Amino acid sequence: MRYIPNSPDERADMLEQIGVASTEQLFESIPENLRLREHLKVPAAMSELELLKRFEDIGTRNQAAQRISFLGGGAYSHYTPTIVDHLISRSEFFTAYTPYQPEISQGTLQAIFEFQTLVCQLTGMDIANASMYDGSTAMAEAVLMAERVTRRSKVIVSSAIHPQYLEVAHTYVQHAGIDLRHALYCTELGTTLPESLSALDENTAAVVVQSPNFFGCIEDVSALAEKAHNAGALLVVVVTEAMSLGLLRSPGACGADIVVAEGQSFGVPLSYGGPYVGLFATRDKYARQIPGRLVGEAYDKHGRRGFVLTLATREQHIRREKATSNICTNEGLIALAATIYLETMGRRGVQEVAHQCAQKAHYAAREIEKLAGFSLPFSAPFFNEFVVRAPASASPMLDQLAKEKGIDGGIALSRFDSERPNDFLVCVTETNTREEIDALVDGLASFTAPV
Amino acid sequence: MKSDITKVTTHINPNEALIFERSQPGRIGYRLPPLDVDEQSINKLIPKEFLRDDDLEGVPEVSEVDVIRHFVRMSTWNYSIDQGMYPLGSCTMKYNSRLNEKVARIAGFAGLHPLTLAEDAQGALEVIYQLQEDLAEITGLPGISLQPAAGAHGEMTGVMIIRAFIDARDGEGGSAKRRTMLIPDSAHGTNPASAHLSGFSVKTIRSTAEGLTDLDHLRELCSVGDVAGLMLTNPNTLGLFERNIKEICRIVHEAGGLVYMDGANMNALVGVARPGDMGVDVIHLNLHKTFSTPHGGGGPGCGPCCCTKELEPFLPVPRIIKTPTRRGSDRTEGAPDVSTSQPTRYNLDFNYPQSIGRVKAFFGNYGMMLRALAYIQTHGYDGLREATEAAVLNARYIAHGLTSDYEKPFDAPPMHEVVFTDKRQTRKGVHTLDIAKRLIDYGFHPMTIYFPLIVQGAMLIEPTESVGRQELDQFIEAMRSIAREAVEDPELVLNAPHSTRIGRLDEAAAARKPVLRWKPKQAASTAQ
Repeated sequence: MRYIPNSPDERADMLEQIGVASTEQLFESIPENLRLREHLKVPAAMSELELLKRFEDIGTRNQAAQRISFLGGGAYSHYTPTIVDHLISRSEFFTAYTPYQPEISQGTLQAIFEFQTLVCQLTGMDIANASMYDGSTAMAEAVLMAERVTRRSKVIVSSAIHPQYLEVAHTYVQHAGIDLRHALYCTELGTTLPESLSALDENTAAVVVQSPNFFGCIEDVSALAEKAHNAGALLVVVVTEAMSLGLLRSPGACGADIVVAEGQSFGVPLSYGGPYVGLFATRDKYARQIPGRLVGEAYDKHGRRGFVLTLATREQHIRREKATSNICTNEGLIALAATIYLETMGRRGVQEVAHQCAQKAHYAAREIEKLAGFSLPFSAPFFNEFVVRAPASASPMLDQLAKEKGIDGGIALSRFDSERPNDFLVCVTETNTREEIDALVDGLASFTAPV
Repeated sequence: MKSDITKVTTHINPNEALIFERSQPGRIGYRLPPLDVDEQSINKLIPKEFLRDDDLEGVPEVSEVDVIRHFVRMSTWNYSIDQGMYPLGSCTMKYNSRLNEKVARIAGFAGLHPLTLAEDAQGALEVIYQLQEDLAEITGLPGISLQPAAGAHGEMTGVMIIRAFIDARDGEGGSAKRRTMLIPDSAHGTNPASAHLSGFSVKTIRSTAEGLTDLDHLRELCSVGDVAGLMLTNPNTLGLFERNIKEICRIVHEAGGLVYMDGANMNALVGVARPGDMGVDVIHLNLHKTFSTPHGGGGPGCGPCCCTKELEPFLPVPRIIKTPTRRGSDRTEGAPDVSTSQPTRYNLDFNYPQSIGRVKAFFGNYGMMLRALAYIQTHGYDGLREATEAAVLNARYIAHGLTSDYEKPFDAPPMHEVVFTDKRQTRKGVHTLDIAKRLIDYGFHPMTIYFPLIVQGAMLIEPTESVGRQELDQFIEAMRSIAREAVEDPELVLNAPHSTRIGRLDEAAAARKPVLRWKPKQAASTAQ
């Protein structure tokens, strides 16, 4: 096996040197009746040539990867500068472990410190951790943290949050003694109804809202924050399209107490849903309640600045069952990709991408709205995603569009809500050219006639 | 004579400032195509009160060249597997193949949106399905979910499955009486933290003087009648195989509990023994350990959860299934499909009403699954076993080489990792931390230190199969040299490392007044 340096002869020598009679004897502490007598039923070894060919062939069976795409809903196609993948592919970053030995891990530690700073700047918060698995688990952890901070057990979640995020939250809290309540969204505006927060009371730990929400609509976060704070509850803001932070008022500036986000938009490939990176930011006063790893500044005896993992007493390896979370491995390399992305695009680049997303999405919405029978069911302002109501069932229409025109025109909302058969979610980013948008509109135009 | 060289820039100075300190207004690192749609005033599209008014103040402005140099310089501060042996115990720092990286970047996978309909993502689903099959074979446990994103996430999933199973079996009243999870004192900290998330309280099982689970203590704890399960690492974190594993499982099962195995140490077992054959009910694997997906400086990982047929209905949804399904549930080689006329399809199946639910959006860390499958297929059945043998041999070789100089607290022969202590060195005031730091001067990454907690001054060494004999000899020689230094010149060890660009950092001060982000006002005082 070419990944194993020692040849069979060297291994035989080593066995002899340590006085072990055979390879089999290395495993003598395993009772004989538990040792496999036959080889595993997995395929025989493949060469690099064979293996690459095989995976490339399998990859071509993912027809959708080749199409013009207007899919969003928690994962977004954005332009990634070439240097992002180049830099994260450096051995020193991708083959290093969690930076437990700061003297020989400053590269990773400084990158995380920069990541934490960038997350704070974008979200408008005081502190951020070294990353969570993704946006959905970050949201679930935020719910658990709100309960710890407030010692209250009810959490109100907006039903305009990504449905899969809601499912994950339900899984996480099912044994935590947390009562999750859903707040309805307005079917005309497409945003969370302030009146639907009727469950908000002195037992409420947090109100959780996504903005832009699953339908792409921008929530009135400031109003919701005020309402939550009046009841002594925290406001948790979830962001799935992190690029919106380049244009929209930061959740921190709107009064959020915890901000969680999916960071995939920042230079991370779609990769069928992962690995992505969860962003987690909060206020200074909750530093000791935050889940996950934190990197802080530190100095050596000569006064040289460096960075270390800090406030570890919150974490599982010290606190065990009393830890703020069970998380250990997070998404280090993906956080690094996001850091490199944000630094390369920089202040102006993030603004310009966000601006282009908004402009192109609104152009697409204007054009689609002109088509007979098509409408936009929600009136709230949006960033780069919006719901379109088709004159007939959306699902077969989108299928046909994909097969005949090679365009993935959006996500049929019937996949999440059977009462929305004609609605679909369209996402437009800076990567979609006007030509592509026009092709989508043309494609949809063929469905304007009564079906 | 003083040097006449006047440096134009500081680029040879390895002290790389924070990017925020390097930022210069007006620098640009990107270029986008010009906007090609009719531009409207942004205020017309989105009301002003929803727009940012801080102009992203503080976000850096640098050129592409600045970014490249910034990260390349920073990278030189890191130690990595590609530079040499990285013997962190229980972390399995093995070689991360470039081929696997290439596979994960194939456009058909990397560019695939997770909400693509199953029929347009057949290749992606086939990869998931194949990996499920291979992991089922490797663990001997047929029910698999690849959704968990890391080991601790897999643990949480596994323990929630135990909870759901007991809730279903015993009903609400019966289940409420079973809220105890047994965990050995040598366990990884994520175990109790994960148990707690599932509503269990933790009771700790003692280890014997031999370093194994204390069966008498286990029987005593099981006799109370409140045990939901046991979380066991095998080989345990001392590197020892729990040779009573069948008896342990029997005791827990007879007490009405289930056995969860932490698969962090599977690198000692692949191709040699299977948890499913030992009586284990559910296990998580760490693809970023055993199956070589890169650690990336702290993730991403992937923590598949594998369980018995009995527990399968409780796995997270969606499940990835193949239709038509194979006849029966056996995994006999070459078992024919039910019908050859129907084309093979891979589908998402949500129809598991007893499922604990979804633990992550989409399908988990898919890119890691591609790498792990490429690892398995590159090794094949014989290569997988060969890797296990080589890993265990390397650990035994180190155990043999260090016994004369370091205290080995347990006699039993170790599997893929071995624990030593600083007992002999402490006489001169040299502790595990000092030995670890001194090892850096010899060019090695230190081993895992002060874990497991039950061994005072623990040094847990896991070489993996990716280290050749010469390097093992160098490591042994370095450790023996440090043992000599500890006697002859303890100060040298106590002040280590001496060769790094930065010395030991004051972690206590960092935790007292944490500075967790850069802020403009600091810039002047701390930039070098």
